[in-house]
Amino acid sequence: MIEQKWRPNLFELAKKPSLFTSGHRLCSGCAAGTIVRMVMMALPNPKRTIIANATGCLEVASTIFPYTAWKLPWIHNAFENAAATASGIEAAFKALKRKGLWKKDIPDIIAFGGDGGTYDIGLQALSGAIERGHDFTWILYDNEAYMNTGIQRSGSTPFAAATTTSPAGKVIPGKMEWKKPIGFIIAAHMNAYVATANPFYWQDLMKKVRKAVLYKGPSFLHVISTCNRGWRFDPSQSMIVSKLATDTCLHPLWEFDPETRTYSLTDRSLYIAKHPDQKLPVERYLETQGRFRHLFKPERRDDLIKEIQERVDKEWEYLLKLTGFS
Amino acid sequence: MTMEQMDILLNGDEAAAWAAKDVHVDVVAAYPITPQTIVVEKFSEFVANGIVQTEFVSVESEHSALSACVGAAAAGARAFTATAANGLQLMNEILYIASSLRQPIVMAIANRAPSGPINIHNDHTDAMNVRDAGWIMLFAENTQEVYDTIIQAYKIAEDPNVLLPVMVCYDGFLISHTAERIKVFKDPKDVAEFLGGPRKIPKIELMGKEVELSLNPENPLPLTFGPLDLYDYYFEHKRQQSEAMQHAYAVIEKVNEEYAKFSGRKYGNGRVVPYRLDDAEIAIVLMGSTAGTARYVIDELRDEGIKIGELRVRSFRPFPYMDLERYLKNVKVVGVFDRAQDQGMQGGPLFLETRAALYDLASHPKVVNFVFGLGGRDMPPELLRTTMDELIAIKEGKKPVFNRKYIGVRE
Ligand SMILES: Cc1ncc(C[n+]2csc(CCOP(=O)(O)OP(=O)(O)O)c2C)c(N)n1
Ligand code: SF4
Ligand SMILES: [Mg+2]
Repeated sequence: MIEQKWRPNLFELAKKPSLFTSGHRLCSGCAAGTIVRMVMMALPNPKRTIIANATGCLEVASTIFPYTAWKLPWIHNAFENAAATASGIEAAFKALKRKGLWKKDIPDIIAFGGDGGTYDIGLQALSGAIERGHDFTWILYDNEAYMNTGIQRSGSTPFAAATTTSPAGKVIPGKMEWKKPIGFIIAAHMNAYVATANPFYWQDLMKKVRKAVLYKGPSFLHVISTCNRGWRFDPSQSMIVSKLATDTCLHPLWEFDPETRTYSLTDRSLYIAKHPDQKLPVERYLETQGRFRHLFKPERRDDLIKEIQERVDKEWEYLLKLTGFS
Repeated sequence: MTMEQMDILLNGDEAAAWAAKDVHVDVVAAYPITPQTIVVEKFSEFVANGIVQTEFVSVESEHSALSACVGAAAAGARAFTATAANGLQLMNEILYIASSLRQPIVMAIANRAPSGPINIHNDHTDAMNVRDAGWIMLFAENTQEVYDTIIQAYKIAEDPNVLLPVMVCYDGFLISHTAERIKVFKDPKDVAEFLGGPRKIPKIELMGKEVELSLNPENPLPLTFGPLDLYDYYFEHKRQQSEAMQHAYAVIEKVNEEYAKFSGRKYGNGRVVPYRLDDAEIAIVLMGSTAGTARYVIDELRDEGIKIGELRVRSFRPFPYMDLERYLKNVKVVGVFDRAQDQGMQGGPLFLETRAALYDLASHPKVVNFVFGLGGRDMPPELLRTTMDELIAIKEGKKPVFNRKYIGVRE
C-alpha cells in the first residue's frame, strides 16, 4: 500500500518560491499554468527535479528563446517522445551513480504531456516507458484537443464536442467517438501509480503529485485542464468549469495503487459516492461551454444529452464497483 | 606510444558493440533491426555479464531509442545507439533535434536498403536520406575501422568546438556479419585515457554564473533545453550549428592523428583515404567496403600500366570538398560510385557533391557516376573492372561522357 501523509498547507505553500514564473504566454485563465504551479509546489525535492515536456501549448508558451518560465532543469525534445526522453534521463543518472560519477540521489523526473502527447502520438513511448518501469511521473494536462495547433480533435476529445476537425455540422454533431479511458489503460500496465485530479480540488491534486513523485516506479496523473479558447467560455470561469467536470462525474477523482491493485475514490468523488444526490447532471457542465452549444441551439438535442448522461452513469457505476461502493 | 592490443575475431556489429564497451558508454538505448541486431545482442551480453556498468534501455522503437539518447546525453551521459534503414528513418525527426541540441551521441549504422520494397541487404540510401540532419557521418571500410571509428567518434563529438552527434556507417552484412581478425585494446582503461576520462561537459557563462551545459540540478542556474525558437534567433542557432560542422573538419583530422599515435592505425587524413593517386590520370571515388575490392582491381590495372587510383571518402559529413580538390586536381577522369538512389537527380549524392567540389578546378576533369549494388546486389571485381574500362575509354576519348550509369542491373 502506498502511504503518503503529506497535506498541503496554504500558509506554507504561500512561502514557497515559484518555480514556474509569471511572464509565460499561456492564455489568461488557462488551467495548464495553474496545474503546473500546483505541481511545482507539491514537489518533494524541488532542488533535485528535472522536467521533460512534450510539444504543446505548455511547452510553446513557457519557453520562447531567450526566455523561460522554468526555474528547474527542463527539456523539450519532441511531441511524442517525452516519456522516452525521461527514460534516458533516468538511465543516465542510474549509470552515472553506479559509476560513482553522480554522488547524490537520483533526481525526480517529471514529464508533462498534453492529451495529444499522451492519448495519441505519445502513447507508444509512454506505454514503453511504463512497461520498463522507469521511476518518473507523467502528468497529463488534459484539455481534450490539440490546442496548440488550433483545437483539433484528439483521442481525448469528449463525445459531441465541436473541434476544428470534428465541427458541429448539419449532419454530424461534433465528435462521434467517446473519450479513450486513458487512466485505466495506464493502470492496466499494473506497475504504475495512477490517479486522476482536478485543479479545483487542489489539495487532492497536490497530495497525489507528492505520492506519485515519491512512488518508486512509474506514475501517471490525469489532470483535467480547462481551456477557455478551445472549450469556448469566459476565462474567468476556468475553475468553475473545472469543478463541474468532477461534480457531474465526467472526470471523477480516483487513484489506483499498483501494489494492492485497488482503485479508490478520493475527495469530491468519494463524497459523491457517499451522497449520490450530490451528483450533478451532465447538462450543468455541457451548457457552460461553446464546444457543446449545438446540443442546446438552435434546437435542444435531448437525444445526445441523454446519450452522454447514460454513458457517464454507466462509467460512474463501473467505478463505484471497482472502488467497492456497489 | 601505442597501447597494448590483442587480436580477436569479430564481425562488424560485434566490433561496434566492443567499441561501445571499451568506451564504457553510460547509456545504450537501442531497438533491433537486421543487420544491426548483433550490436544490441552483444551489448546486452556485456550488461548481463556485468562487464559494463552501462544502463541498457530496451526501448520500444528507434524513435524512442534516439529520444532516450537525447535525454541521457542532456543529463550528462555518454550515449550510444545503433540502427539501420527503416529504423534510421523512424528516427528522422529526432536526428535533427539531437544535432540542434548539440548532443554528442554516437550511433552505429549497419547500412541497409530502406523499404520499399522491403529488403534487408546493404546499400547507402538509408544514410543518404539523412545526410542533411546535422550529424557527422563517417563511413568505415572494414571491421577494424568500425571499432576504431566508434572510439574516435566520441572524441570528435565531444570536442567543445564541435558538440555534434556522429554516425558511424558500415555496410550491412558485408561488414556487419563478416568476421575479421581485428586488434582491440587489451585494457579498456587505455580507451578511457584516450578520451580523457569520463565525458566532460562544457561550461558556459550565463547571467554571471558558470553553468554546465546539462540538465544537472546542481547547476547554479537551471537550464532550459529545446525552447521554442522563432525567427528572431533560430537563424543564428542554425548558423552556429553549421559552424560546428566546419570545425569538425580539423577535429576529425586531429583525432585521426592522435588515434594513430595511440593505436598505430591511421585512416588517411581522417576525412579521405587516398590510394595510388600521386600520378593518377583516372580516379575513382567511393565509400564503404567496396573500396577494398576496387583497390584489388586498381592494382591489376596498375600492373597493366594504367595510371588509376582511388579516393575513399570516410567523412561524408562534413563533406571533404577541399580534399577532393587537392587529391583530384591532376586527374582527367573521375568515376564516382554511389551505392544509393538517385531519384530525380542528375546522379547519386556522392556524385553530385564530388562534381560540385571539383567544379572550380582549372583542369576540369570529366566526372561520371555509377550507381551500383542497390539492395545488396553484389559488386564483384569483374564488374568493377568493366566500369574502370569505361573510364579508361573516356580518358582516351573513345567513349562519350555520360552522367550516370546503373551497373550490375538487368536491362
Ligand atoms: C510529430 C508532430 N506532429 C505534429 C505536430 C504539431 N503539433 C504540435 S503541438 C500539437 C498538438 C498538441 O496537443 P496536446 O498534446 O493535446 O497539447 P495542447 O497543445 O493541447 O496543450 C500538434 C499536433 C508536431 N509538433 N509534431
Ligand atoms: S489555447 Fe487553451 S490550453 Fe492553450 S494556452 Fe490557451 S487556454 Fe491554455
Ligand atoms: Mg490538448
